[in-house]
Amino acid sequence: MSTELGHFALILALATAIMQSILPMVGAARSDTRLMNVAPMAAVTCFALVLLSFAALTQAYLTSDFSVLNVFENSHSLKPTLYKFTGVWGNHEGSMLLWILILAFFGALVAVFGNNLPPTLKANVIGVQGWILVAFLLFIIFTSNPFIRISPPPFEGQDLNPILQDIGLAIHPPLLYLGYVGFSISFSFAIAALIEGKIDAAWARWVRPWTLTAWMFLTAGISMGSYWAYYELGWGGWWFWDPVENASFMPWLLGTALLHSALVMEKREALKIWTVLLAIMAFSLSLLGTFLVRSGVLTSVHAFATDPTRGVFILMILCVFIGGALTLFAFRASSLRAGGIFAPISREGALVLNNLFLTTATMTVFVGTLYPLFLEVISEEKISVGAPFFNLTFGPLMVPLLLAIPIGPLLSWKRGDLLGAMQRLYVAILGGFAVALVVIYVQTGAPILAAVGIGIGIYLIIGSMAELWMRAGLGRMAFSKSLGRLKGLPRSIYGTAMAHFGVGVTVIGIVAVSAFSSEDIVAMQPKDQIEAGGKTIIFEGIENAQGPNYQVQIGHFTIMEAGREIGKTTSEKRFYPARQMPTTEAGIVTYGASQLYVSLGDPQANGGLVVRIWYKSWVTFIWYGTVFMVLGAIISLSDRRLRVGAPAARKTKAAAQQGASA
Amino acid sequence: MSKVLTSFMALIFLTLSVPAFAVNPDEILDDAELEARARVISADLRCLVCQNQSIDDSDADLARDLRVLVRNRLVEGDTNKEVIDYVVSRYGDFVLLKPSFSAKNLFLWIAPALFLLIGGLLAFVKLRNPDHEKVSAPLSSDEKDKLKQILNQ
Repeated sequence: MSTELGHFALILALATAIMQSILPMVGAARSDTRLMNVAPMAAVTCFALVLLSFAALTQAYLTSDFSVLNVFENSHSLKPTLYKFTGVWGNHEGSMLLWILILAFFGALVAVFGNNLPPTLKANVIGVQGWILVAFLLFIIFTSNPFIRISPPPFEGQDLNPILQDIGLAIHPPLLYLGYVGFSISFSFAIAALIEGKIDAAWARWVRPWTLTAWMFLTAGISMGSYWAYYELGWGGWWFWDPVENASFMPWLLGTALLHSALVMEKREALKIWTVLLAIMAFSLSLLGTFLVRSGVLTSVHAFATDPTRGVFILMILCVFIGGALTLFAFRASSLRAGGIFAPISREGALVLNNLFLTTATMTVFVGTLYPLFLEVISEEKISVGAPFFNLTFGPLMVPLLLAIPIGPLLSWKRGDLLGAMQRLYVAILGGFAVALVVIYVQTGAPILAAVGIGIGIYLIIGSMAELWMRAGLGRMAFSKSLGRLKGLPRSIYGTAMAHFGVGVTVIGIVAVSAFSSEDIVAMQPKDQIEAGGKTIIFEGIENAQGPNYQVQIGHFTIMEAGREIGKTTSEKRFYPARQMPTTEAGIVTYGASQLYVSLGDPQANGGLVVRIWYKSWVTFIWYGTVFMVLGAIISLSDRRLRVGAPAARKTKAAAQQGASA
Repeated sequence: MSKVLTSFMALIFLTLSVPAFAVNPDEILDDAELEARARVISADLRCLVCQNQSIDDSDADLARDLRVLVRNRLVEGDTNKEVIDYVVSRYGDFVLLKPSFSAKNLFLWIAPALFLLIGGLLAFVKLRNPDHEKVSAPLSSDEKDKLKQILNQ
């Protein structure tokens, strides 16, 4: 019964979304307030209906209602309750429903919190959001309906893919989708602005918090996914340049570019056309990612389970939205007036450089991901483009970008003083150099590149604080006065510093783990021991046990340092009978920023067991860095200037500029 | 992340390959230098039956065969390039995770530089000839008076 209710709610949501997509926009065109007022009501109703639908599916999962095909195919009555819940989005149909739920959620957020927007802009934004909703509701109802029943209902379900039976599934997809789908708001704002033919600094100010929110979630989602893969897949890799990863990475790169160009637009009214284009492209890449993943075109070897109609349907959505948006852009872009001018060496110039490199990096990932497909279509030749390609092309593109990060905020708007900025960064530059030299000295034989990488990381960490230091006048005036100044700085400056600091931390983690980790692959008998990262690991033996829905072999290990026991860890190999699939649960122990990573392999004929032991130097820095980036976004979002309405914002902006020039 | 994400988002793979457990102790060469070279070569070769894994990371049987093959060739005295050429001659370009620098891959390899160049040129041209519309708005009479005042100070 509740399943039918959910099904019905989904169809009602479609009807509501159709209204949402038409009436407010007609209202905006005719300046009809009553029609425009439909927008918030429709958006909130639509969200409530999709939520109801989602709740119905969740109910079916929690009660293991195997008369629902989707539950039968992806759940099992013995599955722990948490995974019954997260299993709702651990499959194609359910994850599409989550996608739509979040889409409707963002629409409702604009409806509720968008009171500071001009009425026509608000109506148009919610209207465009309605179009996207209509497209995806049609998609789910006609090609991926999660509410299909089967008769007679089977007694037991086919279980969820065991790799997904992990806390990671509870966190990673919702975060990732909040990011992916969050860019739809920037997109809707861009389209609404193009329709109205009006775009100014105030527009940039309205869009920025939404972009920042989406970016924050996407950062957290990608980072979380990376850590999940790291601990779940049993070989300690944290990024694979897989097409599916690239699909989430491209919107992130472009979203990062958008954040920075929106800044220029907000402060200086420059780069308007470019910013609008970025807003369109960031969400287009989210759509492309959805298409690549759903249609399975990139993984044709294994795509046997994919329904081609789904791929074609999303491809149509893709063409309509991206094509439509770009056409509109082509017609309207010229009507947008360009804003303030600036010298190449200026804050704006630095942000243009940022955009240039981020966009090129995005295109590199894009070409690398799609080239094999392209080549196969035109010449039937099959090639692979994997991690070595991306490391070779993407890596070098990042170096100038990273070097420019601390310099940008120290340049003034309009016309900056590069030499002056560099002079102010002398502490950071020297620090980076010194640390690079120390790395070479301590790790004799360390690759020069690794030393340079660590040096860049240190330079970023120190350099990110330079703006705060300068603005506070630390060292130039009484400490208490500096402290007062620090308090008075807008929070967005702290957010920027924090996020850039995080980039430095992540860079150090990436370089260190690639250059200084150790790996041992050995066949061990019980009581055998091995050295890793200055510690002795003793293999205590294997124990067989039974989990709720799996059988498990548990390897016990004792960790000794200087003859003293400092800890124990276990590493597991599980087997899930329902899907006939094994998984590994690595034993991971953290020491400072580094981790000891123990993974079990196959038993040997002589009673021994293959064990792989890694000492991953500073690996956690990779994810700590992203935590700083997310914190930076949160601090920046709490900035008063982003929360207040447009008219008040102008005042504070003027005040801030006075403060900046003072 | 690849497999987690793929399996979650796409559910394309009814049979995900077993969690990777690649190089086994019995494969490792006694000569550390040769072994190191084998690892470097393996990282650039694709496991043909896997999704997006190198033979170094994959535990599929075919990957194991390839790893052994690579090591045998190295022991026989092949250079890295000879080993890779041999593997390509048997399995085709698909086996290379780092595509060859050949005519058909030209665009792939020059794309990053090309984009950077075009983008940089566009930005440069734009920055040199910005639209002056807004900036060159004439001064109002008030502003002119003010300017005169300042200049006469």
